[in-house]
Amino acid sequence: MTSTTTSERAVKALLGTKLGMTQVWDEAGRLRPVTVIEVGSNVVTQVKSPETDGYSSVQLAYGQIDPRKLTQPLRARFDAAGITPRRHLAEVRTSDAAEYSVGQELTAELFEAGAVVDVVGTTKGKGTAGVMKRHGFHGVGASHGAHRNHRKPGSIGGASTPSRVFKGLRMAGRMGHDRQTTQNLTIHSVDLEKGYLLVVGPVPGPRGGIVVVKTASKGAQR
Amino acid sequence: MQKLDAVDAVSLREVPAFRAGDTLKVGVNIIEGSRSRIQVFQGVVISRSGAGVRETFTVRKVSFGVGVERTFPLHSPTVDHIEVVSRGAVRRAKLYYLRGRSGKAAKIRERREPTSAS
Repeated sequence: MTSTTTSERAVKALLGTKLGMTQVWDEAGRLRPVTVIEVGSNVVTQVKSPETDGYSSVQLAYGQIDPRKLTQPLRARFDAAGITPRRHLAEVRTSDAAEYSVGQELTAELFEAGAVVDVVGTTKGKGTAGVMKRHGFHGVGASHGAHRNHRKPGSIGGASTPSRVFKGLRMAGRMGHDRQTTQNLTIHSVDLEKGYLLVVGPVPGPRGGIVVVKTASKGAQR
Repeated sequence: MQKLDAVDAVSLREVPAFRAGDTLKVGVNIIEGSRSRIQVFQGVVISRSGAGVRETFTVRKVSFGVGVERTFPLHSPTVDHIEVVSRGAVRRAKLYYLRGRSGKAAKIRERREPTSAS
């Protein structure tokens, strides 16, 4: 809104499906663990500009969907843009949004090998987890008379002062299934034929999960 | 993982058929600065582990009285070539028992008809 917002950068982004991990050798013969991300083709469904929307961004869509499953508002949007409906949508803030046009197809060739990217995904859900797994607490001793409290958190606060438990205290509960960005991953190679990106290292989420691959937010190209 | 077979297929290389007990000559690519040369590591295969692109094999030899084992990724570009010197008659897939033996006790009989029936 105000002029104090960080200077916007040209961000390239693609939606894709995490297919899983494998390993490849690079030119130097070193073994690289890679995550294969299928990006197929993305389509631009909307371009936002500072004049009309107050900021510039690109909305991307990816994945097949049965048109009957669409809600009316979504259907109206896809129809207005004249695009066959897609399952997943994502918006990417980028300064060069004006260079995109609605209906434009984006493929894996947006990124080249060696590019540094951030990958946004939803981590695997772990269900209800105790404090040791969820927050890395050390738990209680295994022996020395510890009685059935090996994985408990211990004390959660004082007594009559403050006579309450502080807000935000780390306890057991739902773990995982959070949005997570893994920063500064390198693209090992790009398979244009199949629409695959091979990213060195792990990426959040289960196999088949939807991820957004985008230009790294940190680093020299700023 | 079948989804990624196509990705792995690029890395897979032709390797001769061998199993635990066989004696191999493994040509290892060694890069010294700018030069590279091939060093041969000869010994008995004591295990093959994993499958597909991540399969590895372990070769054991006794060098100056000291047992030396090296584990190679089967499809690694570091492995220049694999040559089967002899086939061994063994009854198990992992020959870790060789580690506790020396001399004649560590000898492996040669297999008579190597993979007779197809």
